[in-house]
Amino acid sequence: MTKTIADYPLAETQPETISGLSGKTLSTITLDALIEGSVDMQDLRIAPEALRSQAEIAQAANRPTLAKNFERAAELVQVPQDLIMATYELLRPGRAKSKDEVMAAAKNLRENFGATSIADYIEEAAEVYQRRGLFKFRY
Amino acid sequence: MNPTPNRWKRYAGWDERPLRLDKFAAEDAANGFAAFTSPADPKPGLGLNSGRVISLDGVLEHEFDMIDLYIARHHIDPSIAPEAMAIPAGTLARMLVDMHVPREQLVRLAHGLTPAKLAETVSQLNALEIAFAYQKMRARKVPGNQAHVTNAKDDPLQLAADAATAVAFGFDEIETTMRVSRNAWSNALACAVGGAVGRWGTLFQCSSEEAEELRIGMAGFSSYAETVSVYGTEKTFIDGDDTPWSKGFLAAAYASRGIKMRCTSGAGSELLMGFHESKSLLYLEARCLCLQRAMGVQGTQNGGIDGAPITSTVPGGVRELMAENLIAVWLDLECASGNDARTTESEIRVGAKIWPYLVGGSDLICSGFGSILKYDNSFNPSLFNAEEMEDYLVLQRDFEADGGLTPVSETVALDLRARAVEALSAVLEELQLATPTADMKQSVVVASGSDDTRSFSPRETAGISEAIRTRGLTVVDVIKALAKRGFVQEAENLLKVVRLRLSGDYLQTAALVRNGKVLSALNNPNDYLGPGSGYRLSAERREEIINIRDVLDQKEVLRSEGQHEKEEAKRIRYQVLKAAELGLDRTEVVIGISPGFGLKIFQTTAGHRLSDVLAEILSAIKQHGMTARIVRFRHTADTSFLGLSAAGISGSGIGIGLQAKGTAIIHQRGRLPHNNLELFSNAPITKLEHYRGMGNNAAIYAKGEMPDPVIVPQRGEAMGSRYHARTAMIYAIETGLIEESAPPQDITVIFSGRKI
Repeated sequence: MTKTIADYPLAETQPETISGLSGKTLSTITLDALIEGSVDMQDLRIAPEALRSQAEIAQAANRPTLAKNFERAAELVQVPQDLIMATYELLRPGRAKSKDEVMAAAKNLRENFGATSIADYIEEAAEVYQRRGLFKFRY
Repeated sequence: MNPTPNRWKRYAGWDERPLRLDKFAAEDAANGFAAFTSPADPKPGLGLNSGRVISLDGVLEHEFDMIDLYIARHHIDPSIAPEAMAIPAGTLARMLVDMHVPREQLVRLAHGLTPAKLAETVSQLNALEIAFAYQKMRARKVPGNQAHVTNAKDDPLQLAADAATAVAFGFDEIETTMRVSRNAWSNALACAVGGAVGRWGTLFQCSSEEAEELRIGMAGFSSYAETVSVYGTEKTFIDGDDTPWSKGFLAAAYASRGIKMRCTSGAGSELLMGFHESKSLLYLEARCLCLQRAMGVQGTQNGGIDGAPITSTVPGGVRELMAENLIAVWLDLECASGNDARTTESEIRVGAKIWPYLVGGSDLICSGFGSILKYDNSFNPSLFNAEEMEDYLVLQRDFEADGGLTPVSETVALDLRARAVEALSAVLEELQLATPTADMKQSVVVASGSDDTRSFSPRETAGISEAIRTRGLTVVDVIKALAKRGFVQEAENLLKVVRLRLSGDYLQTAALVRNGKVLSALNNPNDYLGPGSGYRLSAERREEIINIRDVLDQKEVLRSEGQHEKEEAKRIRYQVLKAAELGLDRTEVVIGISPGFGLKIFQTTAGHRLSDVLAEILSAIKQHGMTARIVRFRHTADTSFLGLSAAGISGSGIGIGLQAKGTAIIHQRGRLPHNNLELFSNAPITKLEHYRGMGNNAAIYAKGEMPDPVIVPQRGEAMGSRYHARTAMIYAIETGLIEESAPPQDITVIFSGRKI
């Protein structure tokens, strides 16, 4: 069911539905569990579902752009850190030397991570950079 | 012959004021020095063709630069724009200050407004109207505040102590940065630990290079980021080494790691970076802010920020900083509202700058209140710093306004600092990063700033930081180390902050943590609709705010007077003889003392013993061959009436009125009460020699001669503020002793160990 403002904060209204990236629920992530060694950073990462729920809540609160950002974020959850940093780097001015390089990055994210809205976003950047002459060498 | 002076000395005096260290810039729109309007600013306008933006503020689609494109595609809502753009700016401006127009209605319209239209609208408001509109339009109801926690040595022990201190003072967010960029990891770990002491829920960021900052966040040390800058012209953006798309991508990246984020923009950045296109500061800022909403970030650090000092040099610059903040909240962004980089050397300008935010509140009033001393602030000194923190606390009390801070007692602060230093030391030892000595720790606990510490050398700190980074230590390792060494509460607190990531609740607009709960614009929305609505101080919160240190009450005054009672008893005794009557001795001067004189009050406000004061007056009168009679009046404690009543029964017609607090008067029978001979109203600076002069002159008047009046020199000190509370309380003690119908009493004073 689509989340609304009444569902917020999720950690208070429905803690049992919240789990980290590796599937551990909020209530099992305790200090004791951490000391025992059964909690690691992966358990403390947000899962795409939570971001999608937050996107629905943001949409319900008339914050459509914030909702879109959460949707894009949901797609990036499974993208490895290095690839995220490389993509960010590629989007900075003068890094990519051609539109194709950026389009290829978008394709990779679309096909290998199902990141469609992120891919659309990067393709839009490629088109705009082309138009504004950003694919040129910067000293 | 001396040359004719060509200066009025007043100007030379003004030259010495701190204000004159501020340099002001002439208005010059062509060169970017214009706050609200410039001839180069476009007229507001929007062209739509079947839901597509074909022109924006006078620029046609094929000429759009990156910023226009981003705003056209991601900010403008074509379903609202025609309606919103059709409303005249003057009408929108009135809606902003109309308490009957709810915030949501204006936020909805903002989705269809162009940068030039937003700028044109807020330009119509004066500073007070902007402040009022800001109070109504900001997103979250309860105001918050953010601190800088840094030091000149990047010393982790001090960072931990200062983070704990900042948390205790009530900051919702703390932000660190480094003098040396490679110390980022050490700073992050230290602040994360220190910020977990005392309570949980303070969010923390480590401002560093973009990629490194995200890695530090991924390791769980930091919980938010805000130094993701955006700019209002394309060339500035590119020189800032980013584009709207790269920054928007970063926004999604932070959210994907469960880390709260806001962007940063502020007037003057384009001017400082050289590509302002001759546009006004406000118009460029309106572009930045539309861009941020378009990117889908929840909030902005806005209000000049690093450009605040340059903005404050131009006419209307400070009003512009307020106006851009208003656009930010109108666009429904969380606003960490600047009040950050120190814009002036003038403390008056500082106080004026903060006032609207303090009174009206803001999501984060300062986007960096220097919780540390100015020289320790690695961002540069803030508008307010540790030096001025108590001034800020008192401003909260003066205006009964919630500036987000709470006074902390010295003992509590010391305990927390010691706890934080021990907690961090335990972590450093447990993770084999360093072994701080007892001397290092002690020097940090009591230090006001890094000048006072004997802690890690820069080389040792760099080593700690490098080890955290290369060994891939995370917050999980730190939590384990804390727990293992017995800092269980701190371990719990730190885990709770990291656990916030799982639900992502604190990624929503204007989220902070209070009392273990996430509060944001969603569950704590600003519902201001006039008096009685919006944020109001609760009785409990008011109690916290007014509880500053060293507050005087009557009990305290009596207690401190009581300390002098025994001393005075050894020096002087007051013996009541009989009811006082009209004196027949023409050489007599009557000294009328007040009801509490020597009975409840024993010192003047200048700190002179009342026995000494009386001795001076009596001996001066005697020296002239005149006689002095002491009479206690009980029907009044008022100086004038004490003096006039004394004169009324004096054989010479001359009387002295003397209050216990030291205020005195020479009066003459038959004069109007307030038309005295000499008044000594500045008791706190009245010296014994002046009381002697008073006795001297009273004797001369009694002889029918005219002395030179006694002058008590003063240099315009603001003495009222120092003495008024005590003075009023002493006076209340005196008036409390008044008996309307009690007759005056002749008093004999017996001095011990002195002869008059």
